[in-house]
Amino acid sequence: MIIIKNLFKQYDNVTVLNDINIEVFDNEVFGLLGPNGAGKTTLIHILATLIKPTAGTATVNGYDIIKNPSEVRSSIGIVFQAPSSDDMLTGYENLKLHSLLYAVPKELREKRISEVLELVGLTNRKDDQVKKYSGGMRRRLEIARGLLHKPTVIFLDEPTLGLDPSSREVMWKYINRLVKDEKITLILTTHYMEEADFLCDRIGIIDKGTIIALDSPTQLKEQLGGEVIEMEFANKHVDKENIDRVLKQCNFVRKVELEAKNGNVLIYVDDASHNLPTILKILDKANNTEVESVELRSPTLNDVFLKFAQRHITKKQGQDEDEDDSEGGFMEKYAQYGNK
Amino acid sequence: MILKEDLWKNMPNMVINKSWIELGLGRLYAIWLREFKVFLREKSRLIASTFTPLLWLFVIGEGFGSTTDFFGTMDFAADSYIGYQQFIFPGIICMSVIFTSVFFGSYIIWDRKFDFLKSVMVAPVSRTTIFLGKAFGGMTTSLIQAAILLVVGFVIGIHYTPLSMVFIIIIILLLSFTLTSLGLTLGSHMESLEGFQLIVSFVVFPLYFLSGALFPLNNLPTWLSILTTLDPVTYGVGALREVMLGITGMNSFALNISVLLLSAAVLGTVGVLSFRRMKAV
Repeated sequence: MIIIKNLFKQYDNVTVLNDINIEVFDNEVFGLLGPNGAGKTTLIHILATLIKPTAGTATVNGYDIIKNPSEVRSSIGIVFQAPSSDDMLTGYENLKLHSLLYAVPKELREKRISEVLELVGLTNRKDDQVKKYSGGMRRRLEIARGLLHKPTVIFLDEPTLGLDPSSREVMWKYINRLVKDEKITLILTTHYMEEADFLCDRIGIIDKGTIIALDSPTQLKEQLGGEVIEMEFANKHVDKENIDRVLKQCNFVRKVELEAKNGNVLIYVDDASHNLPTILKILDKANNTEVESVELRSPTLNDVFLKFAQRHITKKQGQDEDEDDSEGGFMEKYAQYGNK
Repeated sequence: MILKEDLWKNMPNMVINKSWIELGLGRLYAIWLREFKVFLREKSRLIASTFTPLLWLFVIGEGFGSTTDFFGTMDFAADSYIGYQQFIFPGIICMSVIFTSVFFGSYIIWDRKFDFLKSVMVAPVSRTTIFLGKAFGGMTTSLIQAAILLVVGFVIGIHYTPLSMVFIIIIILLLSFTLTSLGLTLGSHMESLEGFQLIVSFVVFPLYFLSGALFPLNNLPTWLSILTTLDPVTYGVGALREVMLGITGMNSFALNISVLLLSAAVLGTVGVLSFRRMKAV
C-alpha cells in the first residue's frame, strides 16, 4: 500500500513533479505511463528514498519515506532502469551479496535464492558471470534480486526498456507470474502503451510531472468512446468541421477529431467494421473529402494517452496564453506514440 | 537488542533475532566480499599494479643505485651495507599502497556509473557500513599487493623477523586505510570519470614523490621539507624504513605511528561524512 500526498520535486526551479497524489492498493499492479522526462523515474526514486521530495510526502507499507527511510528500504524491492548488478560476479553471487545486505536469515538464504532464480528462469545460468548474460537475462536477474528479501512492494522502472519484442514478451510472462506467485504490490513505469495495458490493473498517465489521468485501462479506453477510424484525406488540410457536419446524420458516429500530428481525421464510431462502408459512401458524395487511406482500430492506450495529453495542453493553454511553445514541443515529443 | 525495523515484517516465515552489530557485520562482510571477489577476478589489474613497483625497484633502484652515493647524508644505525635499492624498498612498498588504495577508492566512480552503487544504497545499509566495507576491501587489496613485493624483498636482501612482519603489516594497513579513505572521499565527490586523471596527477604522484620514498629527508630545502611533512605517506615510509632497515629518519618511530593513526582517523571520518552526504542518484 502506497499513499502519495501532494508530492513536489524541483531541481533549480524546474518542477519535475507537480502535486502528485496517488493511492496504490495492496496486490495491485499500478502503471506509471508517460514519455521520457515525464517524472516517472524521479517519482520511483523518491518512493525508494533515494532522493528527497521538495514538498509533500508518501508512505510505503505504512512507513513515511522521509521519517523512516530505512524501514521503507527493508520493505521494498526495486529494479532500476539500467541493470545494476556487478557483472564481474556471477548471478548467484550477486543474489548472495544482496541477501546479505538485506539480512536474509542464513538458514533461508539458499532456499530463497534458488526460488527467485527459478522464478525468473536463470537457475541453469546462475554460476555464469553476469557479463556473459544477455540484456533480457540481466533484467531478469535484477527482478530476482528485487524479490529476494520478500518485499511487499516492488518497483520496476521501465522493465522492458531496450529489450527486443520476444524478450519483452518473456519479461511480461515473468512479471505476471511473480504478481501471482509472490502476492506483491507492483509499481511499474513504462512508455509502452501495450505494456501498461497488458500488465496493469490501474494506470496513472503522467506528463511533465503531473498526473493527467488515472484509471483502469478499460475505463480509460472507454472514455475515448467506441472504436476509431483514422482517415487520411487527399487534401492534407481537410476541414474537420466539414466532415463533422456531413457525418452528423449517422447516429453511430460519436465524434470526429483531428489528429494534430499528421492532419489525419479520427472518427469515433460504434461497430466500425459494419459502419465503415456507410461512412465512406457519405464522404464520397461530399465535397473535397477524397479519402486516401483508412485505418480501423479499437482504442489503444496510445489514443488514450494522446487524448489526455492534448486535453491537458488545451487546459493549460487556457490558463496561460503565453505558453504557446508548449504545444509544438509537446506534439513533436508525442509524435512517436502516434506512429504505433 | 533486536532492531524493530529489521524485522522481516513482510516475511512471516523469516524470523529475525539478530543484534544490530550482527546485522552490521553481515553487511560489512557482504560489501568486503564483493570487493575481494572482484579483485581476484581482475587479474590484469593485479598484474599491472605489481609490475610498476618492480620497474621502480629494479630500474630506478639499480640505475640510481649504481651512480648515487648519499651515505654521507644518511644517519643509519644498521651495521650492514645498505644500498640505494634497499633504501627505496620501503618507499616502493608505500608506492604500491598509494596506487592501489587511492585507485581502489576512486573506483567508486565506476560503481556509480554502472548503477551498482545505487543498488547498494537502496538496500537498508548505512552509509558508514558501505564506507567501511569498501575501506576494508581496499586494505585487503593493498595488503595482497604489498605482500607480493615483500616476497621480492628477499631477492634484494631484506631481512624480516616475525616482529618486523607484524609491524610491517600494521603500517601497511594503517596507510592503506588512510589512502583508501582519501580515494573514496574524492570518488564520492566526483560525478564523472574525467576527474580520475586529476587524481593521478594531483594526488597520487605528489603523495608518492613527497613521501621521501626515493630520497632521505635530512637535507631538503625548506619549501620541500614543508611539503614532505604534510604528506601522510612520509610517516608510512619512515616507519617502514625503520622496521625493515633499521634506519631512523627525520621522525621517531612513535611519531610516525602516531601521525599514521591520526591521519587514518581524520581521513576515515571525512570519508564517512562524504559518504553520508553523497547523492544516491
